[in-house]
Amino acid sequence: MTTTPVKPDLSSQSLAGSPILNLDTPGLLSKEFLQETLALARRLFIQLQRRPSTLIAGIIQPLMWLVLFGALFKNIPEGLFGTNQTYGQFLGAGVIVFTAFSGALNAGLPVMFDREFGFLNRLLVAPLASRFSIVLASAIFIATLSLIQTAAIVAVSALLGAGLPGLFGLGIVVSIVLLLVLGVTALSLGLAFALPGHIELIAVIFVTNLPLLFASTALVPLSFMPTWLRVIASLNPLSYAIEPIRYIYLHSDWSLGSIVLQAPWSSVTMGTALLVLLGFDVLALVSVQRLLRRSLA
Amino acid sequence: MAPAVLIQNLRKHYGQVEAVQDVSLQVEPGQIFGLLGPNGAGKTTTLRCLCTLTQPDSGKLEVAGVSVLKNPKAARQLLGYVAQEVALDKVLTGRELLQLQAALYHLPLGTIKERIQAMLALLDLEAYADQKTGTYSGGLRKRLDLAAGLLHQPQILVLDEPTVGLDIESRKVIWDFLRQLRDSGTTVLLTSHYLEEIDALADRVAIVDRGKVIAEGTPSQLKDQVGGDRVTLRIREFAPWEEAEKAKLLLQALPFVEDVLINTAQGNSLNLVVASQSEALATIQQALKEVGLPTFGIAQARPSLDDVYLAATGQTLMDAEVAAFSKRDPKAERKQNMR
Ligand SMILES: Nc1ncnc2c1ncn2[C@@H]1O[C@H](COP(=O)(O)OP(=O)(O)OP(=O)(O)O)[C@@H](O)[C@H]1O
Ligand SMILES: [Mg+2]
Repeated sequence: MTTTPVKPDLSSQSLAGSPILNLDTPGLLSKEFLQETLALARRLFIQLQRRPSTLIAGIIQPLMWLVLFGALFKNIPEGLFGTNQTYGQFLGAGVIVFTAFSGALNAGLPVMFDREFGFLNRLLVAPLASRFSIVLASAIFIATLSLIQTAAIVAVSALLGAGLPGLFGLGIVVSIVLLLVLGVTALSLGLAFALPGHIELIAVIFVTNLPLLFASTALVPLSFMPTWLRVIASLNPLSYAIEPIRYIYLHSDWSLGSIVLQAPWSSVTMGTALLVLLGFDVLALVSVQRLLRRSLA
Repeated sequence: MAPAVLIQNLRKHYGQVEAVQDVSLQVEPGQIFGLLGPNGAGKTTTLRCLCTLTQPDSGKLEVAGVSVLKNPKAARQLLGYVAQEVALDKVLTGRELLQLQAALYHLPLGTIKERIQAMLALLDLEAYADQKTGTYSGGLRKRLDLAAGLLHQPQILVLDEPTVGLDIESRKVIWDFLRQLRDSGTTVLLTSHYLEEIDALADRVAIVDRGKVIAEGTPSQLKDQVGGDRVTLRIREFAPWEEAEKAKLLLQALPFVEDVLINTAQGNSLNLVVASQSEALATIQQALKEVGLPTFGIAQARPSLDDVYLAATGQTLMDAEVAAFSKRDPKAERKQNMR
């Protein structure tokens, strides 16, 4: 600290004489809510811009999946994975969904570090319109990242010969990614407030991530699995994100009525799969809401 | 006018620990009010309850007449809080942190830029505004944190140990700043365990010990209440207990000596309260000499806030600090304070 005398001009600072106090504070969806949400999201984007390594790794990793896994199963007879498709064509949808899923699963980590470091106190002593802005800012950030990753995967898959869905198809792909990211981000943030520290959060992320991948249709179709795994995979929300995308990639004549997944109990149409994802979001938001309300009242 | 801060019978426990047992205090608008107490006295817990970060077990909390528990959002609007531990985002620049802060307090968009510039100038931070806070020195970090707490021009500024760890020069700058803030009408509630800080700054002080307010008033009132002069006597650098006892008995018999305490933490030195009279030191030394005891050091002083503390608790603030320090588990507390 320098020793230059501080000569504050405090004339504009006098507040003791302003007793007018508005007790109806702004709530959800007010312009104050928008202001704080954007500012919190901006902070996350500044962090990303100054430390881009996570984004770079987050783009390179799925591309390596595409190339390596694609090469691994290169010599599998065509058609084994369904009507005349190569494994490369089969894999793209799985990589898109799994990448979005892992990204969203990590959404709670920055919040956990803010908690541990005391930065969260700064947010909690502020008169936020709603503390839901903390959740929404994270969701906006993670969704943006996932869409960048998705774009990279779609582009590279196209270069590798998997083709490119039409514009409307791409719209559905984006919607599916967003639906999945919203639900998983909410769950991860819930964990960030419920668990004692980042060690525990990382442990939970670790034991959820890969098992959910292998118990889904990301790498192999349902028909390859033993019955018990088929049941699990048909309950796994990831499958309901993967199969519609895969279908769109392979059938230019897809519609909401197309059957995309043959669960052990019934067949699932594109429309149903989207509804299941929506239901997953509602369930996730409701189940963490109480938790968030307790910590973020 | 409603008091700026009203705390009544505040209580908060963590498991077995009664962090705050019964704290009541009232801060009038435009005052600097100091909470003085040793480590673990419950100062931070009191402030955290006031600033809506911790839910108290019971008690009444008001800021400018607004109930903190019933109307936390309105209370947050009125308060500026600067925590004991500075938590900045080291990737952001100082200016970006203030921009975030401005949005969290919903400052009108058109005024933010100007307000931030004024605040940076006020705290002499302009030269560092566009550097990442990760590169800041301790004093800079503290000042930026202060700027953040003041950005929305709160009526009541709550500071938890605003100058801890700073050199004397930096402390003086912050003191001057806080005085000017007070003079312009802002109420300041601060904690400290620096006696000089409270003495130099506070219009009123509450001394907190083990979760209770044990004395309250202006610093000079408190000192006058204690009365008499203080004499600190060391027979030897480290006097044996028996010798200290012997001297205590001897000195207690002197007519002008009101009280004698043996301070075990300071090598069994003796703390005497004496009626203010000039020949006290000479008389004491003479009395010791007569029974063959030496005098290693002796000093007489007007009572300090430490004496106020000593009179109320039987130990000096410094001793209480040392005792409290060994009992705490900072790691567990950090965890608990996370939200
Ligand atoms: N989150 C917590 N969990 C458990 N115990 C706590 C917690 N916070 C404080 N305590 C305990 O409550 C008591 C009061 O702590 P507090 O932090 O309020 O003291 P303080 O006066 O601010 O001390 P310091 O001068 O060291 O900052 C201490 O005994 C402390 O160990
Ligand atoms: Mg403290």
